[in-house]
Amino acid sequence: MQPTPWTVIAIYFVVALVVAGAICVIPGLFTRKRPTKEKLEAYECGVPPTSQFTGRFPIRFYLVAMLFVVFDVETASFYPWAVRLRQLGLFGFTEMLTFIIVLGVGYAYVWKKGGFSWR
Amino acid sequence: MMHVPEWVLTVAIKSGVLIFIVVTSFAYLMLTERKMLGWFQMRLGPTWCGPWGLLQPAADAVKLVLKEDLTPGGADRFLYKVAPALAVLTALMAYAVIPFGWYPNGDPIAIASPNVGILYILAVASIGVYGITLGGWASQSKWSLLGGIRSTAQMISYELAMGLAIVPVVMLAGTTSLAGIVAAQAAHHLWYAIPLLIPFLIFGITAMAETNRAPFDLPEAETELVAGFHTEYSSLRFGTFFVAEYVNMITVCSIRALLFLGGGDGPFVSVHPYLSVLWFLVKVGFLLFLMIWWRATLPRLRYDRLMAFGWKFLLPTAVTNLLVVAAIVSTMGSR
Repeated sequence: MQPTPWTVIAIYFVVALVVAGAICVIPGLFTRKRPTKEKLEAYECGVPPTSQFTGRFPIRFYLVAMLFVVFDVETASFYPWAVRLRQLGLFGFTEMLTFIIVLGVGYAYVWKKGGFSWR
Repeated sequence: MMHVPEWVLTVAIKSGVLIFIVVTSFAYLMLTERKMLGWFQMRLGPTWCGPWGLLQPAADAVKLVLKEDLTPGGADRFLYKVAPALAVLTALMAYAVIPFGWYPNGDPIAIASPNVGILYILAVASIGVYGITLGGWASQSKWSLLGGIRSTAQMISYELAMGLAIVPVVMLAGTTSLAGIVAAQAAHHLWYAIPLLIPFLIFGITAMAETNRAPFDLPEAETELVAGFHTEYSSLRFGTFFVAEYVNMITVCSIRALLFLGGGDGPFVSVHPYLSVLWFLVKVGFLLFLMIWWRATLPRLRYDRLMAFGWKFLLPTAVTNLLVVAAIVSTMGSR
């Protein structure tokens, strides 16, 4: 079997996995565990935890993630076009300009709605 | 007994040596940063362990290994332990495709050089978010959770501008292979930082945000979140997040040097091709120095301004610049 770039990367991945696994296992091998109640509590500036951890967080972060998906797909679609842009010439440019204008309308809408302001 | 082809062993040994070099350079990057921050603040930095503090990384490693490994009572034990390893694994994966220079016959000095190198790097960088996010979530502490989701929102927001800043480079080079991009710059001795100054700067800014470095170190803003996503971590697991952060720093500086500063291109490379490795390392070192300098100079951003800067300034600037470059490239015609 001849090496392709991807089999080589797979071998590299296995080696990196071994290193990462070692880092995951080593802590605690050379030390004794002496857990106490205070040590195991979540940190809260030296006082007992005042509120229960519920895993809730502001909805803003969710909105950012949604917007990211929209614009990231767009970014990914630029790459194949960019590789061939010289050959595509003005046709390729106008096609992408149309795409960006359509996208720009959505972008302006989100901006107007306050999707990018953090409050 | 299974027969292992010779090239598999060669690649495995090369990978092991490369990972060793990367982790060692992490240790000395950290020492250099502490020294330089010291000098910026009229201090000496570490001086006690070995001459000029050169053994400080070893002392730190021994200290971290000997510390008690605590898992908070409420934590998700599996994810809590896996998250730091995941962070360091994704940080190391990028090095599989980075060309450090070229051999006399023109082949790139790299573990592998796939023709979609830059897309591979972007993909691996995206997975890098998980280590920090899972670490912050699995700790089941509010500071960790806030640090983790802050980090996610920040990294994905700036990833957009970073992706868009790379597109003009692909347009000019006409390839997504990292070695190909370097070769395209070396062919005309025109480093893309000159025609593509704006993407070069945008990439530099987003690189700092992607690696959670000051002034974008909000995931671990100690005045607001104690220590952010690694508040609950101790011992070597705590240190592992630093390995990942500094390895990522070296990665983004390497990519920046490859895409915009001609990679291994420099004086006398046509006479001595192996000098390309030296030029590449000099450029990476210079970019790392800039990152440390910015950390010493710039204050931390406020979170709403950070998001507004990414979405309302960097993103439209990157798209506008992309259109301008596209207009020029598409009228130049095929070579």
